Amino acid sequence: MEFQDPAFMSRILTLLTLSFHILYATIGVGVPLMIMIAQWVGIKKKDDHYILLARRWARGFVITVAVGVVTGTAIGLQLSLLWPNFMQLAGNVIALPLFMEVFAFFFEAIFLGIYLYTWDRFEDQRKHFLLLIPVALGAAASSVFITIVNAFMNQPQGFEILNGEMVNVDPLLAMFSPAVPTKVAHVMATAFMTSAFVLASIAALRMLGGSKHIYHKKALFLTMKLGLVFAIATALIGDFSGKYLAEYQPEKLAAAEWHFETEEDASLILFGILDGEEAKYAIEIPYALSILAHGDPFAEVTGLNEFPEDERPPLWIHYLFDTMVTIGMWLAFFSFVYVVAAFRNWSFIQTRWFRWLTVAGGPLALIAIEAGWWFTEVGRQPWILRGYMTVSEGATTSGNVDLMIVLFAGLYVILGIGTAVVLTRMYRQNPVEKELAARENGKGGEEE
Amino acid sequence: MTLEIIGISVLWLFLFLYVIVASIDFGAGFFNAYSSFVGKQHILTGVIQRYLSPVWEVTNVFFVFFFVGIIGFFPQTAFYYGTTLLVPASLALILLAIRGSYYAFATYGAKINHRGYIYMYGLSGLLLPAALSPVLAMSEGGFILMDNGQPYLDYWALFTSPLMWSIVVLSLTAVLYISAVFLTWYSAKAGDAKATNLMRKYALIWAGPAIVTATGIIYELRGHNPEHYARILDLWWVFAVSFLLFAGTVYLIWKKRHYGWAFILLMGQFFTAFFAYGASHYPYLLYPYLTIYDSFTNEAMAIALIIAFIAGLFLLLPSLYLLFRLFLFDKDYIEGKSDYHA
Repeated sequence: MEFQDPAFMSRILTLLTLSFHILYATIGVGVPLMIMIAQWVGIKKKDDHYILLARRWARGFVITVAVGVVTGTAIGLQLSLLWPNFMQLAGNVIALPLFMEVFAFFFEAIFLGIYLYTWDRFEDQRKHFLLLIPVALGAAASSVFITIVNAFMNQPQGFEILNGEMVNVDPLLAMFSPAVPTKVAHVMATAFMTSAFVLASIAALRMLGGSKHIYHKKALFLTMKLGLVFAIATALIGDFSGKYLAEYQPEKLAAAEWHFETEEDASLILFGILDGEEAKYAIEIPYALSILAHGDPFAEVTGLNEFPEDERPPLWIHYLFDTMVTIGMWLAFFSFVYVVAAFRNWSFIQTRWFRWLTVAGGPLALIAIEAGWWFTEVGRQPWILRGYMTVSEGATTSGNVDLMIVLFAGLYVILGIGTAVVLTRMYRQNPVEKELAARENGKGGEEE
Repeated sequence: MTLEIIGISVLWLFLFLYVIVASIDFGAGFFNAYSSFVGKQHILTGVIQRYLSPVWEVTNVFFVFFFVGIIGFFPQTAFYYGTTLLVPASLALILLAIRGSYYAFATYGAKINHRGYIYMYGLSGLLLPAALSPVLAMSEGGFILMDNGQPYLDYWALFTSPLMWSIVVLSLTAVLYISAVFLTWYSAKAGDAKATNLMRKYALIWAGPAIVTATGIIYELRGHNPEHYARILDLWWVFAVSFLLFAGTVYLIWKKRHYGWAFILLMGQFFTAFFAYGASHYPYLLYPYLTIYDSFTNEAMAIALIIAFIAGLFLLLPSLYLLFRLFLFDKDYIEGKSDYHA
């Protein structure tokens, strides 16, 4: 029975925690930059709307950060609780970025506390703005360090194995594995992109709710522009990620693309279902896989046939890959249309159906984040440390993981509902019109 | 000084800091829930919102620092403690989540102040030390056993052990005592006479049980781990200093004088006792399987971690100073004359 296998159950619990945490972590990395940009625009243009935008985003942000902290602590400890053998081995080589992440987070937490509790405490808005820089830097640095650990799991280096022990360890070399540049860039760009689309969703939703205030228009236009910039960046980086995979983890790319035989002029397969080794009902784009893998339509792409069967990732990651790429492309296209239309004053972007598409952007981006992480994690199977340790070798032998799954699932449900309830209540009790009116009467923002 | 000693000292120091800041946090939540229960609510709510809300994430990082650091410096601990602590550590995580979400959901923005939530938040402050402190008992040996080369936790032995229960009771009394002394000082600084009196009373109530349970543990150790007990006796003078510091705190609180100094003496009391305990535990991380020497990481990693730690301190200390200046030493802020929350 798989359900009595601690390794399988550990995978389930890790999947649960990471899938929940990544939503908050992505917002936690991306939104500080958005707040910074809004506050900066507000200071530069002397436009109170943008300052208030930053302030209202910050209020919601703190709720998501708190849940992110809590779930981040959970995954940090679960690494050792569920994967003790892996941590014992890998701790010797990759502990440095984990350790540095704690400092980055320390830094972020300190300044976030200060930033949140010092609105209007300084005469000069710019001083308060400065406090946000360490928050954004700390958040970004945390994600960089954690992504470095993940890169190491995909492409370990910086050590030699002698009698089952890691020797000649070089912690810095281990930190800068070939997977780092594309992975880090991809994680950062998608965090910014996702945060922009989530915030755009909220603005669009307020407009659909009947609010005609110019404040929402400014918010929507700003976030869609940012979304477009980072969506394009994501697409470019995605192309580099393909080339990284082809070079260092060809089995992951081959499984994602149902590319069974090594061949030249390889075509890219989108969607479809698998019948044996035959893709049915799929869209085939000739030469596209060779271009993605090597930047050359005639290049040879390694197929799954080069790998022993027990070292091949499961083939359903194809759908995860497709989901991620399709949503990414759609959001780039959609925000492009919006921004062009907004500059040219085309009115169709103000129709209800277009607003609803904008609302869908945030959830879609979050789905793409989930699909992307599932893809990279499942695509590494059966390895936890590629080439050195499989997930079953790394897992705990404790028999209580099933019970813990129930406990944590309950916790995440409560935290998820709590976040939604608190955020809606917070903004509904104090809509922007009311707050703007209160500010004009010379009262503070929080007054009821 | 060897790299091993540097590593464990740094970790022990951060654990000590966590014990202090977390005790303040846990205890405050409990006192708040208790006053709400007996109908004296809102005496502490202001203090909690003004001091604990901005800093709880920082408190949490001290904990993360310790467990990430110990895996970094002593990776083998992951194998022994990681495997056996699954259940207690998961419970602790859930309790931490309750506390974190209380700050997020109840004190920021939306202000959900449901009574049930206040009680859960208060109760989690007591359950957390009870979930975390048994690790200290487990490190004394006899509870973590080996089966086919895999460690497992003997729950029956643990739950019937007087040593484990004395450590749990000590952790509870210590949390309440540390918290009460700190809050006496903080309330006095805030000029809140009502809260000061209440917290002073709690500090005096919990001083006795805290020192009695601490002595009780040394007695329990004599039977459970004679080797450790003998090493504690060698360090008796440090524990004597610790006791004098304790007496100083109680005297000042009793005389209603110099609450700030009373808290500093209390830090000294716990610092000396904590380090004397740690030193007498040396060199074992887990009796009898794991010492700081055989579980240590490689030299290259150890040096890298220490360099990262020193660099990190240069970033951290000024930031912590700024945080404390704004929320702990700023008179207007503490007195609640200004509310600058976003």
